[in-house]
Amino acid sequence: MNSVIFLTIVLLALSSYFFGRKKAFAIRSSNTRLTALPKFYGYYLSIWCAAPAFIIFSLWSIFEPTVVKYVVLQSFSDQGLLEGELNLIFEKAKSLSRGQFSGEITTALQAAADKYASLRSTASASKAVIILCLLIASIAYAYNRLSKNNRTREPVEIFLQWLFFFASLAAILTTVGIVFSLLFQTIEFFKIIPFFDYLFGMHWYPAKAFVRDASEALDPSMYSDTFGAVPVFAGTFFIAFIAMCVAIPVGLLSGIYLAEYASKKFRQFAKPIVEILAGIPTVVYGFFAALTVGPFLKDIGTAVGLDVSAESALAAGAVMGVMIIPFVSSLSDDVINSVPQNLRDGSYAMGATKSETIKRVIFPAALPGIVGAILLAVSRAIGETMIVVMASGLAANLTFNPLESTSTITAQIVVILIGDQQFEDPKTQAAFALGLTLFVVTLILNVIALSIVKKYREKYD
Amino acid sequence: MNKIEAKKVNVFYGDKQALFDINMDIPERQVTALIGPSGCGKSTFLRCLNRMNDVIEICKVEGEIKINDYDINQKSTDVVRLREKIGMVFQKPNPFPKTLYENISYGPEIHGMAQSKDELDQIVEDSLKKAALWNEVKDRLHEPGTGLSGGQQQRLCIARAISVKPEVILMDEPCSALDPIATAQIEELIDELKKEHTIVIVTHSMSQAARVSQQTGFFHLGKLIEVGSTDKIFKNPNQQQTQDYITGRFG
Ligand SMILES: Nc1ncnc2c1ncn2[C@@H]1O[C@H](COP(=O)(O)OP(=O)(O)OP(=O)(O)O)[C@@H](O)[C@H]1O
Ligand SMILES: [Mg+2]
Repeated sequence: MNSVIFLTIVLLALSSYFFGRKKAFAIRSSNTRLTALPKFYGYYLSIWCAAPAFIIFSLWSIFEPTVVKYVVLQSFSDQGLLEGELNLIFEKAKSLSRGQFSGEITTALQAAADKYASLRSTASASKAVIILCLLIASIAYAYNRLSKNNRTREPVEIFLQWLFFFASLAAILTTVGIVFSLLFQTIEFFKIIPFFDYLFGMHWYPAKAFVRDASEALDPSMYSDTFGAVPVFAGTFFIAFIAMCVAIPVGLLSGIYLAEYASKKFRQFAKPIVEILAGIPTVVYGFFAALTVGPFLKDIGTAVGLDVSAESALAAGAVMGVMIIPFVSSLSDDVINSVPQNLRDGSYAMGATKSETIKRVIFPAALPGIVGAILLAVSRAIGETMIVVMASGLAANLTFNPLESTSTITAQIVVILIGDQQFEDPKTQAAFALGLTLFVVTLILNVIALSIVKKYREKYD
Repeated sequence: MNKIEAKKVNVFYGDKQALFDINMDIPERQVTALIGPSGCGKSTFLRCLNRMNDVIEICKVEGEIKINDYDINQKSTDVVRLREKIGMVFQKPNPFPKTLYENISYGPEIHGMAQSKDELDQIVEDSLKKAALWNEVKDRLHEPGTGLSGGQQQRLCIARAISVKPEVILMDEPCSALDPIATAQIEELIDELKKEHTIVIVTHSMSQAARVSQQTGFFHLGKLIEVGSTDKIFKNPNQQQTQDYITGRFG
């Protein structure tokens, strides 16, 4: 039913465009001056046809389930049931009306199911009728105004302006919404786990907080020494550090090569390739780390008599570094390229060699931009999940030995949210706390990076 | 005595020829001005003299350019030494994003000209004095060079160029980004510098060429149409084209 309504609206909107345009030609041929190009007449009619119908259609679709649920559950409302139990009844009624229910059928349930079915069919029928009426009304209104040769360009422009406004509003609101949901869950979490236990605790062992039965009371003492974030943060920064040890030297040197030494031809061909490398999915790097690099390091370790775990921070960090190389290289190439040519000329004209020019003029001039690029790379390293999950294990050990396994914020979020979970559980809420912390850390890094890059741009523009 | 002798110089950018058979002698300790309409190859010729065209990938230079009777277009030429001897000042002031002091000390350090910090300080001071900038900046030597005014920046670039005691200074429209007062200061400076250095200057201003130079060369479409003493070129040129350009009837 919904798709039929939807199609009707789209088809009507399309045909009203041509209809409106045709009307404009007709007005013109009667020697009246048009107030806008004919296409605006088309847009005008088309927008009036589609916009109100779509708005009502979406609002209806959003509120219908809530209203239906409220009406169906009304007969149960005086029994003093819990919210969860009511939900359960509603779900049962729903599946019963679809014929998918296999449990015990009581009369009350049967009545609810019947009510649900009849409500649904009334609702969808009235929806179709209302929208059809609306379509006819709005087209008639717009056509009437249009035939009086009223202005069409301004309303169309205003509509477009609002359309863009709502698009950007949606983008902003979803972001804000996500941050707030993180925030609320995190606050819930800190009601059970003291903030300082989280921030300075030395043990991260969420498996201890097994899934509780909903009826059982919550015992905060059970969680002491469970959600200490220090090992997770240490692991995150440690692995990111290893990654940057790989990515900065290689990425920077290759960026310098691309910008200063490579011939135009080579650069044209190498730069896209480097950028393609940046597009390899991280899972691929992940199994590369877990299946190739990890065992390889372990073999080498055994050969020289070291105890290397098959899942080591080194394997994850090194592969993550490789993943970030193209990022650093491409960004620093851009930054170095935007150092004005006349600085190079000035240096060469003084008799400086290429490497002297790079070291003493170009690099210092590009440094702020390069620092910005590196900070952006760091925030990518910190946010990287897949490689760590696959290659560095899931136990958050507090260690700074690169040969042992350790874990990161993102990997721990995965660990926590895999499998069964309850929303009201501190274990689940811990994931939100971690997520929020990660968000704050990356946000700070990005703000610093962007402001450095911006300052640097201002200097040369 | 001739400091520079160019013989049959041809320059190509890719397939396009930018200079055709240029023959030109540049006398020592005098100012030689290069004039001509835009795109005629003045900068290209200037850049041949310190092999700055090497920097441009597609640029090819043919012919013989002798400086102190040594052909700099040979394979064996040490470009680093050459550019130490032939300094250059560009159209747009291009101080390095470093302090004033570091801007000047850059060349002497690269070429290992100072044995001690004191010696380096002395070079910096001398260069800034010669460039008539010392009094304005002596209290702020350790501030960034990009913080100066345009005219000061250009004098800083001149100071940077003379810090390595070059024999020749090439200037490519050094005053085109400057106001009349700064221009007058630079012209005065050029007059002063020619006592010790040979100077080649590209300019679009006829009056500037007439004021500062002793010899003038007129380029047109990649060819050197006429070269001679500035007096002769401006008062009684051999070629009609030169006459037309100088009197502004060119077109
Ligand atoms: N890097 C380059 N690549 C290709 N062609 C160039 C390059 N530089 C200069 N040319 C060409 O060589 C010719 C001479 O240029 P040049 O810069 O020497 O002129 P100019 O006399 O200095 O002009 P202006 O007075 O405008 O500075 C021009 O036709 C120009 O298009
Ligand atoms: Mg030029």
